[in-house]
Amino acid sequence: MRTTGNILFSGVGGQGILLASEITAYSLLAAGFDAKKSEVHGMAQRGGSVTAQLRYGDKVYSPLIEPGRADIQVAFEMMEAVRYLPYLHKDSRVIVNTQKILPPSVATGKTAYPEAVLDNLTGHGISVVCVDAFGLAREAGEVRTANIVIVGALSVFLPVEAAVYEQVIKTRVPEKFREVNLRAFAAGRKASS
Amino acid sequence: MKHVGLNVAADPLFTASYTGGRGGLVVVTADDPEMHSSQNEQDNRNYAFAAKVPMLEPSDPAEAKEFLKLAFALSEQLDTPVLFRITTRVSHVKGVVKKGEMEASATAIGIEKVPGKFVMLPALARKRRVAVEERMLKCRDMAEILPCNRVEEGTSKRGFITSGVSYLYVKEAFPDAAVLKLGMCWPLPEAKIRAFAASVEELYIVEELDPFLELHIKAMGIACHGKDLIPNQGELNTAIIRSAIDPSQAPALFPAVDLPPRPPNMCPGCPHRGIFFNLAKLKVFISGDIGCYTLGFLPPLSALDSTVCMGASVPIAHGMAKALGEGAHDKIVAVIGDSTFMHSGITGLINTVYNNSASTLIILDNRITAMTGQQQNPASGCNIKGDPAFAIDIEALCRAVGVRHVFVVNPHKVPETRKVLEEAIALTEPSVVISRAPCVLLPEMKVRKTVTFYTQQDNCVGCMSCIRLGCPAISWTAFAEGEAEARGYKKSQKGISRIDEILCNACGQCASLCKFHAITQEGE
Repeated sequence: MRTTGNILFSGVGGQGILLASEITAYSLLAAGFDAKKSEVHGMAQRGGSVTAQLRYGDKVYSPLIEPGRADIQVAFEMMEAVRYLPYLHKDSRVIVNTQKILPPSVATGKTAYPEAVLDNLTGHGISVVCVDAFGLAREAGEVRTANIVIVGALSVFLPVEAAVYEQVIKTRVPEKFREVNLRAFAAGRKASS
Repeated sequence: MKHVGLNVAADPLFTASYTGGRGGLVVVTADDPEMHSSQNEQDNRNYAFAAKVPMLEPSDPAEAKEFLKLAFALSEQLDTPVLFRITTRVSHVKGVVKKGEMEASATAIGIEKVPGKFVMLPALARKRRVAVEERMLKCRDMAEILPCNRVEEGTSKRGFITSGVSYLYVKEAFPDAAVLKLGMCWPLPEAKIRAFAASVEELYIVEELDPFLELHIKAMGIACHGKDLIPNQGELNTAIIRSAIDPSQAPALFPAVDLPPRPPNMCPGCPHRGIFFNLAKLKVFISGDIGCYTLGFLPPLSALDSTVCMGASVPIAHGMAKALGEGAHDKIVAVIGDSTFMHSGITGLINTVYNNSASTLIILDNRITAMTGQQQNPASGCNIKGDPAFAIDIEALCRAVGVRHVFVVNPHKVPETRKVLEEAIALTEPSVVISRAPCVLLPEMKVRKTVTFYTQQDNCVGCMSCIRLGCPAISWTAFAEGEAEARGYKKSQKGISRIDEILCNACGQCASLCKFHAITQEGE
């Protein structure tokens, strides 16, 4: 498994992207990697398209992923899996939460949500892993753990043992939500294994 | 503070450069190349040059921690404010930082009267002016030997002079090149720069925004590349630098896909929406300000005609009313948030009253500074730490400065709010409308038990009144041909709207607009 890598998280403001990228970053650090993470707050949130960039390796300089060099993209929403296509390369892997969130122009009936939007990825030969994070989170017992399901799905492709993530989740999540988050993490791992 | 914050603080900064202090004074300025969340992208390194103070510029969080200690040490040693410049990709970055021990200042806290140093009357200021130059000469000598200005040897013929986050991009784009990394970007270590320039065949200056280093290095008579290759707008990254210097290295990328845009939006239940929905219908010039309500610009509300800086909304409306002359009183409104009003709106309102203008000011009082992450303000009843504090009465404050017509509305009651706005705008004297409803992101709003609204779809006639609010919780489903009749609606009906009960924050704005009882609360 690669020991340096660029992970691009994308989705819609409010989906828990920052926590997901945070847990992944702390897990990489706990596994002995250097890591840097960059994101933008403020005007970039509030339901808009958001990204978080996470880079790991022996020594990370730039906090930003270069276009064409994201090895893994983790998309919390279907259309947001495609919006950052120029960041991907032919061997990129995209983990997609199969959820649709309508942007304003679609919600107000001005335009339609693009059909078969993920074809834009598979058409370039990019491998796509679809995960119903909401459904799995509901089964785990709390829909708000969808972001942890996605962390689980991502974890399979990173050089970090599951136990390391579990330890990080235990320290980052309030005690009463620990069990449900660990179940969500396990469900996500299973979904992409 | 943000880069634009230093514009406001520039007045004391320029004179604090003369007075110095009695301990360390470090001013952190956070520039925003690319304007991720700002109204301009200015390069605040120019302030170091103009105010004649040293400036440090770290590249990442770990260095920021180390440099901050250095900044305080320099400030105390040289008796000067020190500027500390970070940019978006330093401030919004997380990286590994090693904790150190707290270090206390050796200066005892107390009052010390030194009028020659602190009373900047012209005769005394002229003496301090001389001290400023002496200090900067001393600082220049220190810059030559400070370890934060370091040379990293390379094996290629290229050499780079860079600072801040640009250093990280250079290291990735050209790992074999020699680099002079300037941790202190003002004043510059001239001897060190000359020696470095002489040691390389090709010299490149890589910096975000202005050619700050480049101009001063060229003024030393040193030939170099800089903004002839590197963009002077937006933020840089590794790829931009690599392909600017080696165009053959530009990678072939997958093309972007044309998708419906996803701009930020006001939250479901945001009180600002009710105001902007009404303003859009009132055909007035809307002078806006800095905050979440800038989002009123976006469709479908499209109700914002100017945004410049914190506090600008009020004097712009005042100035326009004056310039347009008689009869302009019902054509211009200003909108400003509660915290921005406290920051710099009140002076504009005093001016409006004092100079006998007739514009209407709408204060969007959501009890918090929302956009920047829920900070308290002087009208919210808590201090910045969340401890109880005196809450300024905005209504009484407006009356105290001479506004005779002050209205308070609940913006979630959309038609009632419209009536009040119309009444205020029709007045030929200054008026203030306080729109009062808490931000839905406040923790107490999040935990409260909400009885959400839902659509009684049988009653929906597809009039789109609720859709035009642009609420993220309300969506439109268009009917296919013949579907309206098949589902028992009028043949001409184009579709129906639906409320997402998970997203709904129960503000009731849509219900206040619906004339067909198609939107009700559970249990009704």
